[in-house]
Amino acid sequence: MKAQLFEITHTTLYRYHSPVLSSYNLMRLTPRRDERQKCLAHTIEITPTPGAQSVHTDYFGNEVTFASLALPHQELCITSRSKVTVSPPYMPDSSETPAWETVGAYCISDRSRPALEAAEFLFASPQVPIGPGFANYATPSFTPRRPILEAVLDLTERIFHDFTFDPTATTVATPLEEVLANRRGVCQDFAHFQIACLRSLGLPARYVSGYLETVPPPGCPKLTGADASHAWISVYCPGIGWIDMDPTNNLVPSMSHVTLAWGRDYGDVCPVRGVVSGGECPTLSVAVDVVALEEPGIGVL
Amino acid sequence: MFEPTNPQLTFAGFSEEPMSAEWAPLIRCIDGLGPYEMTSRMATARRALREQGVACHVSGSAPEQGIDRPWELDVLPLVIAPAEWKTLEVGLLQRARLLNRLLADLHGTQHTLRDGWLPAPLIYANPNYLRACQAVRVPDGNYLPFYAVDLARSQDGRWWVLADRTQNPAGLGFMLENRALVSRVLPEALQAARPRSLDGALPLLRERLQRLSPSTNGGSTVVVLTPGPRNEAYFEHTFLARKLCCTLAEGADLTVRDRRVYLKTLDGLRPVDVILRRVNDAYCDPLEFRGDSLLGVPGLLEAVRAGNVALANALGSGLVESPAFLAFLPGLCRLLLDEDLALPSVATWWCGGGRELREVRSQLQRLAVRSAWSLSGVSERGGGPLEMRLLAAPHEYVGQEEVLLSRIPAFRPDGTRSMEPFFMRVFLTGDGTNYQLLPGGLVRLPGRESLTSGLFPLAQRSKDVWVPSENAEAPAVPQIVVETASTRTPIDLPSRVADNFFWLGRYAERLEATARIHRCLLGWSLEAGGAPRLDALNAMSWRMGIELPGHTALRDLIGRIHLAAFAVRDRLSADTWRLLNRLPTRAECIPSAPLDALELLNTLVLDLAAFSGMEMENMTRGHGWLFLDIGRRMERSANLLSLVQSVTDAPAGTDLLYEPMLEICDSVITFRRRYFTAIRLVDALDLLLFHRDNPRSLAFQIEALERSAGMLPEETNQTGVEQIRWQITALAAKVHTTRLETGAGGPVVDGKPLRETLLGFTGQLRKVSELLTQTYFSHSIPRVN
Repeated sequence: MKAQLFEITHTTLYRYHSPVLSSYNLMRLTPRRDERQKCLAHTIEITPTPGAQSVHTDYFGNEVTFASLALPHQELCITSRSKVTVSPPYMPDSSETPAWETVGAYCISDRSRPALEAAEFLFASPQVPIGPGFANYATPSFTPRRPILEAVLDLTERIFHDFTFDPTATTVATPLEEVLANRRGVCQDFAHFQIACLRSLGLPARYVSGYLETVPPPGCPKLTGADASHAWISVYCPGIGWIDMDPTNNLVPSMSHVTLAWGRDYGDVCPVRGVVSGGECPTLSVAVDVVALEEPGIGVL
Repeated sequence: MFEPTNPQLTFAGFSEEPMSAEWAPLIRCIDGLGPYEMTSRMATARRALREQGVACHVSGSAPEQGIDRPWELDVLPLVIAPAEWKTLEVGLLQRARLLNRLLADLHGTQHTLRDGWLPAPLIYANPNYLRACQAVRVPDGNYLPFYAVDLARSQDGRWWVLADRTQNPAGLGFMLENRALVSRVLPEALQAARPRSLDGALPLLRERLQRLSPSTNGGSTVVVLTPGPRNEAYFEHTFLARKLCCTLAEGADLTVRDRRVYLKTLDGLRPVDVILRRVNDAYCDPLEFRGDSLLGVPGLLEAVRAGNVALANALGSGLVESPAFLAFLPGLCRLLLDEDLALPSVATWWCGGGRELREVRSQLQRLAVRSAWSLSGVSERGGGPLEMRLLAAPHEYVGQEEVLLSRIPAFRPDGTRSMEPFFMRVFLTGDGTNYQLLPGGLVRLPGRESLTSGLFPLAQRSKDVWVPSENAEAPAVPQIVVETASTRTPIDLPSRVADNFFWLGRYAERLEATARIHRCLLGWSLEAGGAPRLDALNAMSWRMGIELPGHTALRDLIGRIHLAAFAVRDRLSADTWRLLNRLPTRAECIPSAPLDALELLNTLVLDLAAFSGMEMENMTRGHGWLFLDIGRRMERSANLLSLVQSVTDAPAGTDLLYEPMLEICDSVITFRRRYFTAIRLVDALDLLLFHRDNPRSLAFQIEALERSAGMLPEETNQTGVEQIRWQITALAAKVHTTRLETGAGGPVVDGKPLRETLLGFTGQLRKVSELLTQTYFSHSIPRVN
């Protein structure tokens, strides 16, 4: 099977005006492992060295690193390095997927493990409200009896065309209703918005955080640190499984998306969440490098 | 003596209906006491509750508008026949086991969900379902070491569960206080009715907590984690901490290092093994749950995950408080325990099911509709807007049938007799499979005819519950539980507590100074021909920044004293607390008539003198005392310097202020004995500033401060302590070597005006205060990055 090898460096740097006295961090920076994605190597390096560091798997199966620091510091640097191969997803013929109306009821009534797991993603979550506003936006794509994949592809395309990518328009705290009204935002907003649309129609959708390999314009060299962490969504299709969808780029993630974690919304998968005491005026800088390697023999991994 | 005959056993004045037999001893006793005596006993109870500061905090629209409402107790207990209690007990013990099993299942394999005994939305859409708690190891699978149930008795005598309290059940402390008080007020009734004793409750609680400890080398440290004085049950938190001999901690007093929880004390970090938490699930750890919580401890869940600390109750145990579960308990009981549910819950329909939704919609006028998830919030009825919301998200609602409450004899607050509807909370403790029901309860009189589930506020009239003891030999007399030395753990002083002691000292001293100045002003205003002096005094107060007439300032200070004292009340003696607790009542209305106001100020000054007397004579010289004394000395020095300054700064008529100045400093007699002359400024100042044997002088305060500085704990910050000591020693050296002389324009030191020296002292004192704050009190508030 064809596969793409990536080397990823993700650096998170916090700087503070006054010393941080204690700092507790949860990091979801380990790429997920499944049939499509193999994580060959992964390290997290933290400076200054944490007093305690441990790893556990969270509710959604994401690997979480906990680190606490008790010595005063004015700079905290978290560097995550990963080596990952990604294979393309199985894409069913969209016309052969089940009618969208049947999906929600199936997830509620069916007691198989996948269906029950999907039921988790049917409801409003802390950062994704549901309501008629989102359902109304989605309805033109969801005509009666339309196969779910077809409808979701259509919705993805509409969001891509209707919404403007604008990093100045929103913050982490911008309510989703505002995103709907202004139709501007970043990948996180579009992902939350599409999830809200799907859940408002009773469909299971989850939030995926990860990386996207960016390709520089022809003739330009790729800039170091120019990549960013990315977010997209995944929708559950009975009998097939979860199908990823990237509303920011209007495509089905394939061999250039690397998955870190999934959950109900950004709150469940935030790459670095920290609680500090002390440390005024924090500034944050993040640099991500996703480098595609063309090693011979990768195809047979 | 007149013995009322009572063949039918009616309770005179309460009800014409005959009472059942278990009431007989109590009724005989109350009848025997007669109405006059009862009124006086009830007054005694009220006074005792107020003086002991038994209160629950009722929050206002703004944090500072909250008030502490004195606990209301109707001394007449509810008597429950042993047979009725036994039936209840069977049902409650089963329910405790059931809920513990359910919590273990929901946080583990989730068979209840997979096998369809619970619908998926009930868990997945439930905001109380904390996913981070999933698969976290809970010692012995005991999610519910403590469990409380709200019960209602319907008019046909059947009992119904209104609500399960599974995360931090409050009320046990109030139940024990009620029992203690009723025993004191109605000793003869207790003798006659012989209710089962509650003396075993606290030892049982302590043992249960000790057993949770992950520490294997014995001597585990237990703390009570409280949300703080603004919580309605804060009184109970201090009560439990005191009775269990453990430290009362707020979130900021605890810290996680190396996946262990520690208590921050003045002597450094102390490891904590068990936390009796009175903070709700979602507020316990801002790192894992709500990031906006200031009540929790970041990293707490990680310490639980590592198995280094145990929480009672386990994190996540609030999930089954959701009213929606009530509808599923009968089926779950058969599934998990293979038994029929013995004690019914208030009839509940979860609207997430199609059939149940139809049922509820067809009876919207009759049924109460409320949140499926949360006990808080109100229930509603009727169609229209409610039906719209119900249809938009049916799984978020339950419909409930109200329980019509049965009535019991009660004394109204005015002493009249009535029959009132009631409900009660009972308490269980156990290891997850074996539970014990404490043989008592907390009855509340809601003033309503019927109830559904709810988060019942503590601020309602309450009653004790008596279950007559079946064993005739069993002693019914309350025993004094002797806390043996071996069960005592060293009581650590969290740095926040040191902070509060420091400010308690400062505010008490500031209040005294303020009261003395006002008293002086008021006194001179009553003197004939005192007008010029009064003008001078007013000008002096103005220079000191004291506002007149001063009612607001006095009340404000008393409020601050109360807050600081409240935060450390688990460390104050009962007498000390009673004294401080009396202050707010004193200041409730400050009379405008000068003589009455004078009287009040005299009382205030005496109260504060009593407080400092207790501080000197009754308080162990621990760190608490140390910071209280340092606060007092610092404040007295600062006030004295400000007073002297404003007297010497007076442009004219300075001599009119000499006597008031000595009076404010309580040094008139000392002066007269020493000098036998008219007051000369330089003599008066010498006495107030530099006489080491005058306990009101600056020199005396600085000497005391120097002694205290030598006792400051050094573990937390060696450099800080050295700086503090150095500052105080330098100040002392200056004070002890200063020589005051009379210059042309007033007193001088080394040829320079006194003013400069005074400013120097004030500056140095301020520096000491800053250093103290930096070294001991700096609490940084954690926040999400």
